[in-house]
Amino acid sequence: MQILAILIPASLILGGAGLAAFFWAMRTHQFDDPQGDASRILTPDWDDHPRP
Amino acid sequence: MTAMQQVPFAACPACAVTPVVVEARAPLSSHLMLSLPTAHCAACISTVEAALLAVPGVRSARVNLTQKRVTVDAGADVTAGDLALVLERVGYEAHELDPGLLSSTETDRQGRELLMRLGVAFFAMMNIMLLSVAVWSGAEAATRDMFHWISATIAIPTVVFAGQPFFRSAWASLRVGRLGMDVPISLALILATSISLYETMHSGEKAYFDAAVMLSFFLLLGRYLDHRSRALARSAAEELTALEVPRAVVLVDGVEVQRPIAEVVAGDVVLVRPGGRMPVDGVVLGGQSEVDRGLLTGESLPVFAGPGTLVSAGEVNLTGPLTLRVTAAGRDSSLHRMAELVAVAERAKNRYTTLAERAARLYSPLVHILSFSAFGFWMWRTGGDLRFAINISAAVLIITCPCALGLAVPAVVTAASGRLFRKGVLIKNGTALERLAEVDTVVFDKTGTLTMGTPELMADDCPADLLAVAVALARGSSHPLAQALAAQPAAPAPVTDLREVPGYGVEGRLEGQAVRLGRAEWVGAQAVPVTATYLSFGGKTHAFRFTDQLRPGAEQAIAALLAQGKAIRLVSGDTAASVAAIAGRLGIADWVAGALPAEKAALVQALSDQGHRVLMVGDGLNDTAALTAAHVSISPASALDAARVASDIVLLGRDMSAIGDAARISRQATRRMVENFAIAAAYNVVAVPLALMGQATPLAAALAMSLSSITVTLNALRLR
Repeated sequence: MQILAILIPASLILGGAGLAAFFWAMRTHQFDDPQGDASRILTPDWDDHPRP
Repeated sequence: MTAMQQVPFAACPACAVTPVVVEARAPLSSHLMLSLPTAHCAACISTVEAALLAVPGVRSARVNLTQKRVTVDAGADVTAGDLALVLERVGYEAHELDPGLLSSTETDRQGRELLMRLGVAFFAMMNIMLLSVAVWSGAEAATRDMFHWISATIAIPTVVFAGQPFFRSAWASLRVGRLGMDVPISLALILATSISLYETMHSGEKAYFDAAVMLSFFLLLGRYLDHRSRALARSAAEELTALEVPRAVVLVDGVEVQRPIAEVVAGDVVLVRPGGRMPVDGVVLGGQSEVDRGLLTGESLPVFAGPGTLVSAGEVNLTGPLTLRVTAAGRDSSLHRMAELVAVAERAKNRYTTLAERAARLYSPLVHILSFSAFGFWMWRTGGDLRFAINISAAVLIITCPCALGLAVPAVVTAASGRLFRKGVLIKNGTALERLAEVDTVVFDKTGTLTMGTPELMADDCPADLLAVAVALARGSSHPLAQALAAQPAAPAPVTDLREVPGYGVEGRLEGQAVRLGRAEWVGAQAVPVTATYLSFGGKTHAFRFTDQLRPGAEQAIAALLAQGKAIRLVSGDTAASVAAIAGRLGIADWVAGALPAEKAALVQALSDQGHRVLMVGDGLNDTAALTAAHVSISPASALDAARVASDIVLLGRDMSAIGDAARISRQATRRMVENFAIAAAYNVVAVPLALMGQATPLAAALAMSLSSITVTLNALRLR
C-alpha cells in the first residue's frame, strides 16, 4: 500500500497539469474558432515556412 | 431551465427603429469586420484571406469560421464596402459589420466562466472516479477512509466553485417563492456533499462525492451548451444590425450640415440625395424624383414625388435630389408610430411555455415529494434513524436529478441550431424551434421576401430597334427599372445628348429625333396596370413591363412547405396585378393585395384565433406588426432592422429554400426532445424504486446518471 503515497499524488498532479493547460488554452483564446482551426490545418498555406 | 432566461436582443422592436445617436469615429487605421454567411471550408479561408490581403492597405485578415466572420486590420482609406466588393468578386457574399456594435465581451466572460467551472468539475470527476472505483471494488477500513478523505478534499471545493450557477439561480427562484429546477439540483449537491462528509468522518461505507461532482459536471455541460447556442445566435443577430448611421443633411442658410436625426425638428429643411432614405416625414419643397415605398407599404412600383408631395420617413429617394420641409421628426414620424404598433403587439403576445418548462413544472414538485416522503417513511420504519433516512432521501435526490432533463433540451437545441446555422438559418430565440414545429399555416409577404425587390424585364415581342434605343437611354439613369433594362443583352443604339429628368425619365436624341424613356404621361404613352417603363421613339411608343425578380429558393421553399402539409398565404401591400402574377408563378392560391400594416397583423391574428399556428415571413416595416403577432416569424437578412428584431428566425443568405429545412428540422428536434424526456423518465422508473427501498449504492447512482446523460446526448446528435 506504500505505493499509494506516490500514485495518488502523481494522479492528482497530472490531472492538475491538465487543468492548468486547459486554463491556459482558454485564456489565450484557443477555443474562439474551433471550426476554422480544424480547417486551417488542411490548407497548404505556410507549409514551407511559418507565417511571417 | 435556462430557456426561461431569454437574453433580450433589444428591449423591444421599437428600440431598433428609434434612431440611436452614434458617434462618428475617424481612426487612422481601421479594424473592419465582415460577415461571411457562405464560408464553410478550408478553401474558403485561404481564398478570402488571400483576396483581402491582396487589397492595398490591408495589413492582416483573419477568418473566423465558427462565427462566419472575417476581421481585417487595414489603413484608414480602406472601407468595408470596398472589401465586400472584393469578396463578392471571388464568389463570397459579404456584409459589413460595425465592430463597435459587437459588444460580446459580457457574453464571452460568462461563457469562459462556465467553461472554467466545467473544466474544474471534469478534473474533479475524473480523480474522484479513480478513487471511487477502488472503493467500489472492495477497499476497506483505513484505505477506504483515506480514499474518502481525499475525495472530500477534492469534491468540496469543486462543488462550492462549480455549483455556483445553480446555487445562485436556486436562491433567486426561492426568493420569489418558486421551486425552479435549480432548487432540487442545489439541494442534491449540498445534501450529497454534506452527508458524504458526515459518513467519511464516521468511517461510513457510502460516500456520494463522485455523484455530486458528476452531477455538477453534466448539468454544467447542459448549461454551457445552452449558453453557447444563445451566444452564437446573439452575436450573429448583433452583427446584422445595419451600419446605417441615422443622420440627416440639414440645410442651414443654404449650407449643408450633417445632423443626428434626434436633433432635427419640424420646420427644418432637409436634403435627401438619390439613393438615400428619408430620415423624417416632410413635404417636398424642391426637386423631382421617384420614391420607393416598398419597405413601408410593400408597393413595388416607385411613386412620383414633386413639390408638395408628402413623404414619410423610411421611403427611399430614387432619381433626383429632394429638399424637404420637415413636418414630423423622431417620435412623431410615421416610422416611429409604426414601431409603436409593433411594441403594442409585442406586449400582447402570450408567453410560450416550452416543453422543458412543462417538464420542469411537473418534475420539481415530484422530486421534492418523493425525497421527503422517503425521508418520512424511513424515519418511521427505522424508528428515528436520522442518518439512514437522510441517506435515502439524498440518494433519491441524486438519482432523480435532472441530468438528462438539463442536458436533453440544450443538446437537441445545440445540434439543431448548429445544423441550421450551417444552412444559413439563424435561430434568434430559444423557443423558436419548438414553436416552428407546431406551425400549420405560413403567411408570406411579397416585396423583398418572396421577391428580391429588384425588377426583372418580362419577355415580350419588343422590336430589336426599340430595345436598342431603350437600353441606350436606360444607361443614363440609376432608377431600378432603368438598370434592369440596361442589363439587357442588346447593343445600345447611338443615342446622343442623354439627359435625366428627375422624376420623369431619360431623354436623348437619335437620328435627329427626340427619344424618351420614363413615365407614361411624360412620354405620351397609354399606361398599363403593371410595373412598366415607357419608350417613345419616332411617334411610336412601347411599354416595357417588369415583374419582380423571385428570391432564389422561393419556389423550393414553397414546394417544401406544401409537401409538409402547411397552408400557404400571400399577403402584400402591393397592387393586385403584381401580387397575382407572383402568386401564379409560385402556385399560391390564397392571396391578398393592398393590405395595410394593421390589416396584415389583423389577418395573422384572425388566423391564430381560428386555432391556426401561423408562421409569418416578412421583411418590411409594414410586416413588423404581423411578424410580432404570429406564432413564430422569419425574416431575411436584408430586412429592415425592426423586422429582424421582431422575428424569431433570420435567414442569413439570399437563398430562401432553407425555410423548408428549418420547418423539417424543427419538427425533428421537438421529436428528439420528447424522446429524450422519455429516456430520462425510463431511467428514473428503474432507479428511483431502488433508491426508495434503500438499495441504491453510489455505484448505481453513478451508472444511472452517466448512462442517461450519454444516451440523451447521443440521441440529440442523431438529428439530420
